Amino acid sequence: MAVFDSSDGARRRHFTQSIARSVFAGMTILLILPVVAIIGLLVVRGAPALSAEFLFSAPMRGMTAGGIWPAIVGTMWLVGVSLAVAAPIGVLAAVYLNEYARDGWITRIVHLAIVNLAGVPSIVHALFGVGAFVLFLSLGTSILSASLTLAIMTLPVIIASTKEALAAVPMPFREACWNVGATRWQTIRHVVLPNSVAGILTGVILQVSRAAGETAPILFTGAAFFLPHLPQSVNDQCMALSMHLFTLSTQVPNVPPQMTYGTALVLLGLVLTVNATSIVIRSRLRRKRRW
Amino acid sequence: MAKGWSKTRAQVERAKERVIELAIAACGISAVVFVFAIIYFVFREAAPLLFGGLDIGQFLGSPEWYPDSVSNKRYGALALIAGTLSVTVLAMAIAVPFGLGAAIYVSEFSHGRTKEALKVVIELLAGVPSVVWGFIGLVVINPIIIDVFNTAVGLNVLNGAFLLGLMSVPIMVSIGEDALKAVPDTYREAAEAMGATKWQVTWRVLLPAARNGLLAAVLLGVGRAVGETMAVLMATGHAVHIPTSPLDSVRTMTATIAAELGETAKGSDHYRILFVLGALLFAITFVVNLVADVAIRGVRKR
Repeated sequence: MAVFDSSDGARRRHFTQSIARSVFAGMTILLILPVVAIIGLLVVRGAPALSAEFLFSAPMRGMTAGGIWPAIVGTMWLVGVSLAVAAPIGVLAAVYLNEYARDGWITRIVHLAIVNLAGVPSIVHALFGVGAFVLFLSLGTSILSASLTLAIMTLPVIIASTKEALAAVPMPFREACWNVGATRWQTIRHVVLPNSVAGILTGVILQVSRAAGETAPILFTGAAFFLPHLPQSVNDQCMALSMHLFTLSTQVPNVPPQMTYGTALVLLGLVLTVNATSIVIRSRLRRKRRW
Repeated sequence: MAKGWSKTRAQVERAKERVIELAIAACGISAVVFVFAIIYFVFREAAPLLFGGLDIGQFLGSPEWYPDSVSNKRYGALALIAGTLSVTVLAMAIAVPFGLGAAIYVSEFSHGRTKEALKVVIELLAGVPSVVWGFIGLVVINPIIIDVFNTAVGLNVLNGAFLLGLMSVPIMVSIGEDALKAVPDTYREAAEAMGATKWQVTWRVLLPAARNGLLAAVLLGVGRAVGETMAVLMATGHAVHIPTSPLDSVRTMTATIAAELGETAKGSDHYRILFVLGALLFAITFVVNLVADVAIRGVRKR
């Protein structure tokens, strides 16, 4: 090695190599650094606002005082209802794609549709929600309309990770089951799904984090600027954390900055915690895989 | 008797299985149904104006957006299209080099724990809600731009582009890394055996080989940036005009829909023109995603 190192060319090569390495490392760091700084800033400025009173009381005095409890509850409604719709459809769609569909033009079209559904701008999903749910199905601006809009928007997340989880179940598992006389569905129900449940869970959790963070799709379909009461059913409107952050920072004058920072911190904390949970489950799963 | 009973039972089982399989197939094609439903319902609201009196030439060619004018309503979307274009182009100028650079670093230069940690951070970055980015644009980037460039307002193309850049980087890194990973190791080994440095391997071998996948990564980033709503709504100011500098305030197509839909009467022309904008946005992202998918498919096939 030393012999090669002594040549001029090798030294120059070694030099360009380390430059390339530092350039790419530098780019990566420059990407991550501002984000870390910004999150740090949110924590520092938002943390003083966090108190039991802030979390568990309603906004008061034209939203310049009080807390964010109705927004937290509203976000939970939206996430819960959209999950109840998107999870079964998404999981079964992935079952179809991975277990039933043969490679052909149908799968190709379904795949394209999923890619597109994921790529449609969130505000177009909002327009669709207004046209289809609020007006055509006469659901009005309600939790149901907003949740259905969110469900369709987040469907690709669940389909993609469920499909990945199903594809990771080895083929011999299925073959063994078919050989003892089980039907396709019995095999899926008793062998394939139980063996991919953790993978499916990561997709479901990711859906939750997406649904909790979205603002545009719920703007005109069910989220309200301010409601004095908590929602009682899916036909009511509700407040939402994401919407509340938008309202506080752009629509309401004289909001104490720490309230806005506090809301942003709660929303970001919620979404990132949920996201991190999904990542942890997935990495455990990969390490623990028995086959 | 017993035989007859088990026969019906088997029939019931089979019927049950048929029903379940039908339900699964229905869910399977639901995504297709939903895409067509999106097209149908957006166009349904847009159609009466789109096919009944909208001057398409004015819509695409004029910057005069006066949807509420009493005497002379004008629906020229050129300034909004220019707003979207300017923010997207500048965002890509930031995101493409950094995103692909980070993809190269993660794929080729980092190993083991560092690699895993970087991927997790990038994934978390993707999880930050767009309204939080918008808030950051308002309270963090805005004062920085005012200070650095000595302008009156920091809510402009630059602010929005910075946010969109950061927002579209994660998808570029993850798709870009996939594309680089898909290049067979034999390419790297062959190049290194010829005495090429890692830099030369990356520049001369990997980038050309992963060309299509990297193109797809960039396109998906573009799709993200074009369709992003809340961040640009909050961070680019609300000036409907064609920008001449990155420090100009603009308003994008997405932000216009978000800002104006709440104030329009259902069924009015103003309401319908927003759906026409939505249809245009849908068409743009549809094409971008389609091209990206074709490019990725090329990679997977190999």
